[in-house]
Amino acid sequence: MAGSRGRGRSQFSFSVDALGFGRGDSLPSSAHTPSPLYPPMQFRPVPLHTGEEVDYMLALKQELRASSKNLPFHIQAARTKTDVARYSDKYQNGETKNNCIEWSPDWSRMPKELCIKVRKPRKTVIGAKPQLTRKPKVAAGKEEALQKLETLEKREEEQHSEEEEDEEKKKQNEEEPDADEDYDEEELEDETDYIMSYFDNGEDFGADSEDNMDEAVY
Amino acid sequence: MLFHQVFNLLFLFFLQMTAQEVRLCGLLLQEHFGNVVEKVGTHLIRSGVLNLRALAHETKLPLDLVKKSLCVLVQHGMCTFGAGRRGPAGPVEYRINCEHVFHMLRYPRYIYTAKSLYGDTGELIVEEILQRGQMTMSSTVKTVADRLTHNMPEGQSMDYSEVVSVFSQLVETHFLQRCPPLASAGSSSSGAVDTPLPVATQPTEPENHPDCYKLPYINLTGQGKRRRSSEDGEADQRAAKKARTDNSECGDDGIYWQVNFQRFHLHFRDQAIISAVSCKLDQSSSEIVRTMLRMSEVTTPAHAAFTQALSANEIFRALLSSYNIARPILDQYLSLLVDDPMEFVGKTGDSGGGMYVVNLHRALANLARATLESVVQERFGSRSARIFRLLLRKRHLEQKQVEDFAMIPAKEAKDMLYKLLSENLVQLQEIPKTPDYAPSRTFYLYTVNQLPTARLLLQNCYKTVGNLIERRLYETKENKRLLEKSQRIEAILASLQATGAEAAQLTEVEEMITVPERQQLESLRHHINKLDSSENQVDETIFLLKSYINSTQASH
Repeated sequence: MAGSRGRGRSQFSFSVDALGFGRGDSLPSSAHTPSPLYPPMQFRPVPLHTGEEVDYMLALKQELRASSKNLPFHIQAARTKTDVARYSDKYQNGETKNNCIEWSPDWSRMPKELCIKVRKPRKTVIGAKPQLTRKPKVAAGKEEALQKLETLEKREEEQHSEEEEDEEKKKQNEEEPDADEDYDEEELEDETDYIMSYFDNGEDFGADSEDNMDEAVY
Repeated sequence: MLFHQVFNLLFLFFLQMTAQEVRLCGLLLQEHFGNVVEKVGTHLIRSGVLNLRALAHETKLPLDLVKKSLCVLVQHGMCTFGAGRRGPAGPVEYRINCEHVFHMLRYPRYIYTAKSLYGDTGELIVEEILQRGQMTMSSTVKTVADRLTHNMPEGQSMDYSEVVSVFSQLVETHFLQRCPPLASAGSSSSGAVDTPLPVATQPTEPENHPDCYKLPYINLTGQGKRRRSSEDGEADQRAAKKARTDNSECGDDGIYWQVNFQRFHLHFRDQAIISAVSCKLDQSSSEIVRTMLRMSEVTTPAHAAFTQALSANEIFRALLSSYNIARPILDQYLSLLVDDPMEFVGKTGDSGGGMYVVNLHRALANLARATLESVVQERFGSRSARIFRLLLRKRHLEQKQVEDFAMIPAKEAKDMLYKLLSENLVQLQEIPKTPDYAPSRTFYLYTVNQLPTARLLLQNCYKTVGNLIERRLYETKENKRLLEKSQRIEAILASLQATGAEAAQLTEVEEMITVPERQQLESLRHHINKLDSSENQVDETIFLLKSYINSTQASH
């Protein structure tokens, strides 16, 4: 490289034609600003595919997006109460707590360190009036079961009655969590005379705007 | 111990994700599982491999939230876990499978394919399993039967046996597969309370297990339950709930099923080849290729470069009579396919009337090349595309040769070449004549290399999808107030209609949305539909390019 500098000083080391412009032409102007964010396009893009298949997959995509927000896999951090503790906290609906998981995975397929308490969320059923009749039914069921137990204890032999007792207890336990799940939270929780919105202290108003969720889906 | 460390480092090096891929993973995780899982997942992708405590510490999230997020990710097969660097005695380490996260983009296509092959039942089965990650056969059958019953007219219901038969078909054709058991299941974990997981760092391949496609015997009879809001429905609900919790009765406890993405991808690949043949030649040739591919479905392994050789006699026998192709016509079509420059079909022998194969890898390469050429044409014009195609075919050309072969005047050719060069679609290669690399004595050759260009375009696609998602989120956020108002009004209308309100009341509520607001909503809907549709379409390109890139790696 150094060797060719001494000879033929007017000669360039590359052919000038290859550059694309002649000797006297001005160089193309250099850029002073960064290139624009949305540069004008020289060619318009081709329109999207259309058709029944395309429309169906579009609808599927939007449906999946909407439904995935309602599944228990959509995890939200529990809102931390920054205020003082309030009386109404006792009656606030059980929102998602950090230390509970809302679905029950097969723990045998997960590492043991991930094990966390399972608690299915209580569902609020809007406008489901028939739920009201559940509580008296359950209460009646409990009483009936208790009566049955007493009579059974008296009449049957001990072994036999113990078996029946266990069955009844199991049914009670099964019904209780079931009943809890179906409880209409708006009424009847913790046996107060007030509907749950009475205990709404207005903290939630406007708080949702801080969340990043896009609620409306098309 | 040392081997483990070195192995992990090498593994990390080869599995590093690009910035665009990480960004897209984050957006997809956020869309499906929320911000918490997104934060955990993105950090885990960037770090490669981490244990639980390190992950919680570095993301500064409460430990419980990290646990929940990992549970979700493991459930959906997007996160694998195993013994870490310190061996079985040390903490469990977690790794994100980015490819699996990208599959979320393709869920609509998987579901639609299941629908086209196995009807509504197949569609719902695949949809349920995709949304829940993994499910047992019995719970899938019950859930799908309930959903189908819900859409049926009053009084009818879907029998479980019908759903079971469609499920079996999906398993037989390998679209569904069993989730691989944990490696620790094989070793004896007898009675010890704190048995550490002696699993390998690599996730076990589902197909390595002999029972991968074996259907369990389940004791399941009945029909789908209709969800009713009347009091009568409560008895049904309680019964249905009891039935759902009594999984062990059905006999398939612990046997989970997942979607076999690879099988769907093979199906998509076949579809792409068939439609390409149909576009390039004609309908009959594409039917012949479809028949050949169908015949080789079971005999061809997943990464094979070409199908098993099929004789013309066999193909003729397998052709559906509806195609109405006579034997001599078939021979003509086959020779036409072999001679076509796209090289979809190749002839490997003369016995049996001629032995033919479908060149799978070459077909993928040609499809990828067609995609690249199309991109250049649409972005830079047909003359630039001509230069690009020239360089793809001739490999290395000097500037003068490009001008001559492409028949484009020198000044414009230079301009186009430099533009392509600046976009990295064309590379410049120096061939020195002398050892001192003097510019006057060096050849400067323009070249296009298909594989690196495909990789570049793939990264562009990932960036595009990321941009589309972000734009959609922005549009939704900008119009949040209006959307919420519209939702509230719809809810009011629905409840009014349910309680039987008069038409006057309904119109009064409808008018709460003003006309300009309605127009704004309509335009927003139109934009979001367009953005969503674009995502689906870009994903088709992603699939083609990724299949091509994977095929080149498999053959090495």
